[in-house]
Amino acid sequence: MTIDSMGSTASMVAEVWQCLDCVIDPELDESITTMGFVEKVKVDADTHCVDVEFRLPTYWCSPNFAFLMALDIRTEVQRLDWVPRVMVKLNDHCFGKRINDGVNGDRDFNQVFSEYCDGQDLSSVRLKFLEKAFVRRQETVLLALEKHSLSRSDIVTMTLETLELVELQDGEAQRQLKRYCTLLLAQNLADNKADLAFVTWAGEALSVEGFNDYLSKSRAVRINMEFNNALCRGLKESRYAEAKICSNKAVPILFVPNATTAGGRKALN
Amino acid sequence: MYKTADGREIFVLDGHVHYWDGSPDNQTNVHGKQFIDCFYAYHSNLSPPEQLWDKSKFEKYTENDMYRDLFVDGPDDVAIVQTTVLSDFYNKGFSSVKRSKSMASSNPERFIINGAFDPRDGEKALEHIHFLKETYDIQGVKMYTAEWNGDSRGWRLNDPAAYRCFELCEKLGIKNIHVHKGPTIIPLSLDAFDVRDVDFAATDFQNLNWIVEHCGLPRLDEFCWIATQETNVYAGLAVAIPFIFTRPRYFGEVIAELLFWLGEDKILFGSDYAIWTPQWLVESFWNYQIPDDIASERGVQLTDEIKEKILGLNAAKLYGIDVAEKQKQLINSPVELL
Repeated sequence: MTIDSMGSTASMVAEVWQCLDCVIDPELDESITTMGFVEKVKVDADTHCVDVEFRLPTYWCSPNFAFLMALDIRTEVQRLDWVPRVMVKLNDHCFGKRINDGVNGDRDFNQVFSEYCDGQDLSSVRLKFLEKAFVRRQETVLLALEKHSLSRSDIVTMTLETLELVELQDGEAQRQLKRYCTLLLAQNLADNKADLAFVTWAGEALSVEGFNDYLSKSRAVRINMEFNNALCRGLKESRYAEAKICSNKAVPILFVPNATTAGGRKALN
Repeated sequence: MYKTADGREIFVLDGHVHYWDGSPDNQTNVHGKQFIDCFYAYHSNLSPPEQLWDKSKFEKYTENDMYRDLFVDGPDDVAIVQTTVLSDFYNKGFSSVKRSKSMASSNPERFIINGAFDPRDGEKALEHIHFLKETYDIQGVKMYTAEWNGDSRGWRLNDPAAYRCFELCEKLGIKNIHVHKGPTIIPLSLDAFDVRDVDFAATDFQNLNWIVEHCGLPRLDEFCWIATQETNVYAGLAVAIPFIFTRPRYFGEVIAELLFWLGEDKILFGSDYAIWTPQWLVESFWNYQIPDDIASERGVQLTDEIKEKILGLNAAKLYGIDVAEKQKQLINSPVELL
């Protein structure tokens, strides 16, 4: 392989990583790259076929969500017009083989796990967690606006145009503001800048009277998500750290340490 | 009991402990290995460094370890030993009621041994419930809805077969149903950890107490909304409480939510031994305060009186334990280590 071709492969790998940034763990509303779930990205220098390997925090992570993430990896990477084929591999999971065979074979969850599905598909689960993501992002923004000394009547009547002019100090609030607006528009909960910036998932305006109750419920969604996020990060680290804790014993490790260095993001640095 | 710095003696009823054998000899297949490995990941991630166990000890600890960690080095007065069979993964079961009963035989007054059954076993499940009551006089059971059974990959509390079992539990006076929600894939249209079946079962069986372990995590939000509508739903703190060390602020958020939605009478301490040992958990909990901003936003406090309820008094009520009588009994039967 020449240096030039290596260079072009590296930039293709970088493009794949950008696609993977868009794949969200539905339970955590965080990108699988932020969570460190992606272990390996490989682009074949000749065929440009892409291999992506990922691993979840436990062997038992819910197959519903695992399937959705595997499917989204494939969908996102296939958006690149130079990619002829994507193979996704979920490592070390109780349903790994069935999920991998299904996703790579273009089969739906309800085909792969037909005996459990009773003819239904995963769309309602996906929608339910999109709603949670919406509530969580919105809550972060609402709290930040209150801190910003905006009154509740200002907030519930605010248009998208006004919201765009607000400059939030807190970095996390800024990030969630962007993500909130993206989801609001994608779900057609607002169409143009004159529309209300804050509505419920059902599209109803918020009210000053109901504000406390609404925030109270939203708060529980956010806390649950943050807690799960902390738990998943911790468990993921522990799976890799097992060898260190048991240094005096030979422990069979099913994982590939430092797998991300092989064709992964680190190789680009 | 736990002695506070100012000399108070706090009754501790540990609502969730196990006496398991997850060792390679007992593992039937890779799933058995992965199950104990997952527990070990919880242990190693959420324990203080000085509390870490060696993997082989974690896989199979001795009776002596258990008595020492719970009652000698640890503050437990009484511990509820849960049964988790996992017969598809472990040759002799992961933690069987028989093995736990034998472990408890030196100081039986210190233990409440709960049974387990699998409603998918149909008539056999009903027979097994009769057997558990007659042989071990159980007062409670542990339900693990994500357990594999042949081709099945999980069940729900409101399945008709489960209702037949709960009817029998009610009839036999098995009142305390501990529920662990794990990832199932049925029904597909629902979330894998969906807790709505708790709502149905708790409404339909008002005379049973539904103790949802791990306070419904990873669905704390939905669990809180359900529990607030039901008078007979309780939250077990196992898995949430070790966050007190690694992420004290998150623990504050979680306990504040539970106090806000469920109230101080519906929360039960559980160490989840041997994933964690009760000594450091109880001590950290007693010395913990919810951060001011969280407490004032939610309008809740974690006072000494509330802590005492959570650590033992709430569970004592569910299991009909007279705390003063129990304390007298325990003084007269000290734990002796080998």
